[in-house]
Amino acid sequence: MAEITLEGVTKRYPDGAVAVRDVSLAIADGEFLILVGPSGCGKSTTLNMIAGLEDITEGTLRIGGQVVNDKAPKDRDIAMVFQSYALYPHMTVRQNMGFALRLAHVDKAVIKEKVEEAARVLDLTGHLDRKPANLSGGQRQRVAMGRAIVREPKAFLMDEPLSNLDAKLRVQMRTQIARLQRRLGTTTVYVTHDQTEAMTLGDRVVVMRGGIVQQTGSPQELYDRPRNLFVAGFIGSPAMNFLPAAVEEDRLRTPLGDLPLDDRLRAALARRDAPREVIAGFRPEHFEDAALVDPERGGATVTVTVDVRESLGSDVFVHFALEGGAAAAEQLAELAADSGLADTGAGGPEIVARLSARTRAREGERLRLWLDTAQAHVFDPATGDNLTLPGHPRDTAAG
Amino acid sequence: MSTSPAQRRRIARWSVVNTAVVLYALFPVWWIVALSFKDPATLSDGSFVPRRWTLENYRGIFATSEFTRALVNSIGIALISTVVAVTLGTMAAYAVARLRFPGKRLLIGTSLLIAMFPPISLVSPLFDIERFLGLFDTWAGLIIPYMTFSLPLAIYTLSAFFREIPWDLEKAAKVDGATPAQAFRLVIAPLAAPGVFTTAILVFIFCWNDFLFAISLTSTTAARTVPAAIAFFTGSSQFQQPTGSIAAAAVVITVPIVVFVLLFQRRIVAGLTSGAVKG
Amino acid sequence: MTRLSEGARQERRLGWLLCAPAVLVMLAVTAYPVLYALYLSLHRYDLRFPQLARFVGLDNYAAVLSSGFWWEAFQVTCLITVVSVAVELALGMGLAVVMHRAILGRPAVRTAVLLPYGIVTVVAAFSWQYAWTPGIGYLVDSAGEAPLTDHWKAIGLIILAEVWKTTPFMALLLLAGLALVPEETLRAAMVDGATRWQRFRLVTLPLMKPAILVALLFRTLDAFRIFDNIYVLTQGSNGTGSVSILGYDNLFTALNLGIGSAISVLIFLCVAVIAFAFIRLFGTAAPGSEDTGR
Repeated sequence: MAEITLEGVTKRYPDGAVAVRDVSLAIADGEFLILVGPSGCGKSTTLNMIAGLEDITEGTLRIGGQVVNDKAPKDRDIAMVFQSYALYPHMTVRQNMGFALRLAHVDKAVIKEKVEEAARVLDLTGHLDRKPANLSGGQRQRVAMGRAIVREPKAFLMDEPLSNLDAKLRVQMRTQIARLQRRLGTTTVYVTHDQTEAMTLGDRVVVMRGGIVQQTGSPQELYDRPRNLFVAGFIGSPAMNFLPAAVEEDRLRTPLGDLPLDDRLRAALARRDAPREVIAGFRPEHFEDAALVDPERGGATVTVTVDVRESLGSDVFVHFALEGGAAAAEQLAELAADSGLADTGAGGPEIVARLSARTRAREGERLRLWLDTAQAHVFDPATGDNLTLPGHPRDTAAG
Repeated sequence: MSTSPAQRRRIARWSVVNTAVVLYALFPVWWIVALSFKDPATLSDGSFVPRRWTLENYRGIFATSEFTRALVNSIGIALISTVVAVTLGTMAAYAVARLRFPGKRLLIGTSLLIAMFPPISLVSPLFDIERFLGLFDTWAGLIIPYMTFSLPLAIYTLSAFFREIPWDLEKAAKVDGATPAQAFRLVIAPLAAPGVFTTAILVFIFCWNDFLFAISLTSTTAARTVPAAIAFFTGSSQFQQPTGSIAAAAVVITVPIVVFVLLFQRRIVAGLTSGAVKG
Repeated sequence: MTRLSEGARQERRLGWLLCAPAVLVMLAVTAYPVLYALYLSLHRYDLRFPQLARFVGLDNYAAVLSSGFWWEAFQVTCLITVVSVAVELALGMGLAVVMHRAILGRPAVRTAVLLPYGIVTVVAAFSWQYAWTPGIGYLVDSAGEAPLTDHWKAIGLIILAEVWKTTPFMALLLLAGLALVPEETLRAAMVDGATRWQRFRLVTLPLMKPAILVALLFRTLDAFRIFDNIYVLTQGSNGTGSVSILGYDNLFTALNLGIGSAISVLIFLCVAVIAFAFIRLFGTAAPGSEDTGR
């Protein structure tokens, strides 16, 4: 067990392409850290550099206080779980799980004992003498986990270990991984592109984009105080709604209607370099059916036409489209491309509101919506920075 | 099992098609087998099945050193060429499939070029060079062109096999504490073995089959392989037509191929098509 | 330039080390002789009169290209190549479909189909030769007097032997291509109302195009080099010799290394042209193109 520190770690390929730029992270002993981002954001490369499977071009990597930049994977004492599981197809489950110990010349009896202990924990005892080909997806995943835990390594590195499982099993294994990690208390770095996994599993989450760390923080921190458009749009499901907005006197003019500026927003927009054209962001749950809200409460009220109503039992999602242009920014385009929404061809901005189950909203009918403007975020379209965060965002944004 | 009339019709139709295919494939093979079992008197009766079966032709060819010597040459030369080509091919194919290094495209290009090369274009210079180096009419004189011409085949097939071994396994082995040598020996080699074996069969068939080099680069029984030797049976014996001997010799060298095909047909198909599919 | 890390440098060195033997062998046994053939082709070099060897420039090429023999052999070779490859493509496609769709006896069919591929060409050629030889063959009557001594019949029989031997290879390559056509796509076409033939022509064939091109390339190059079958069946008599036969005769019967080498170089050029034409058709989808994992 050990802490892992990255200092200005950069990966540059011979062709000049930079996969990871200047990443600095201190991962505490026993911490569960998530690297999350869309594909190609550099999260897997970062993990591979920690594992020693890829060279570090610049910067320093320490595991347990020791610089390991030039050490081979075998000398780093880390275990890795791969997305494909990478089980050795010609070996039984037992041989797979004991392979690392066998290479380390551990006594055979000890190997047997450790493998069987791990198999018990992972409920694989009955399958020890089978080959990977004869196992189900979930069992293979557990063997991959078992192979990591029998070694009692300094750290676990997991590269999207759940993405080959079906949805239900994934949720189940997610809980099991969390429980296992708490029990073993082993430092874990976990890579995923799934923001739900990131939010539910990690002590801390690192959001990456284009090889650069966008924000590091606890899941709640990322959710409540996203540093920029990218983090705001990536974290949360359904995603935050973004609207182009123009600042006019004490109002914010949006396709949703004119919204009054409260003190917080006014302060944010009063800064010397604040732009006049911004992007406003509202999370779905910051809407409510106006009929269900105390009229004395602050915020704004707008009227929209409901396109689609989705009832989830506990909540109701209401979708509606607005006239006018959608919010445009480089970071938003990237998010849309990543989620495959880039070309859905809808004209104006589309909004999702999450309402109480008691709402009477019906498809095709007008609905008065209340909007909690105190929770709204305002972003600079040029830089993507969140203007509503205290302090100047550029000072703290990594990268 | 009960079958509906429609099903039975389908089965009947497939039986007809299958029989046609099998007959197509076996027709000439059977003819040479039949010839080899005919005695000199009935050799030219043109009948499709020997009327009097005899082993005379086989006894005849094994009685002279001309054939047995050629058989030894064929086996020895094909085996050595196969071992060398597969060894060199495995090394190169591993590098092509797994490693990043400049010059890889050059290697692939060269081997592709050689795969397309007309052997006749090499025969004349090789003939002259080998005579100069004293390699003409020796085993080495045939092994060298054989392994060269089968190397592209070996590299091509093997790299397709290697590419199918998931990359992550090697990474996993490294993280599990294996040295590169251990990763190769304990993880990659066992998985690559079937591919190597398949490639060896294909290369062997290739060497076994060659005729042009065999007649061009040999002049005596010192290194002449069976395909070349049987071509020279013709006219070598004045007293009788060598047809029976040729047929018998032909059957003898066909046997190993038939055995290979029967035992390893699945692998041979996989090997023949592995590279082409991805290409 | 970026500094290469120790690992990358090691990888590079290992790559070179592993490839070096194969590359050296291939270069030594092909590149040098090819250059030597080029050199020989520019010389008068007759093994019967080695003392008369001298540089003659392009005279050998002029001699070859102005002789009727070369053009006759060239025409015969092209004819055999085009006809046999076309027939093989049609037959091979049929065989591939049979192997792909057969509801019974698939292993038997596959074994049978592999036999011609595995059998030594010379053996098969002798079998065919005897089949058509008067006094021995069971097929003679079906083709009239001594068919192998008639120009057109002989060429037909050479093509037959070639087709028999190499159709299986074609069929296997096409079979691999067939296997790449997703069953679901065919079902979708079925639902869209495509008939069996339309499904084959509009869905299967386009999806198989890469496999077909590979198979055609391999076989065309191979057929152009045809030697064994002709050597055994007719020895190239009655105008049935291919360019390879012509080259061989000049080298080993006439012992004229100069002319023979000129023919060799010309054949090489022909093959290069064919290969180049095909590769233009392929695009750059050459095997082994960069597809290493991330």
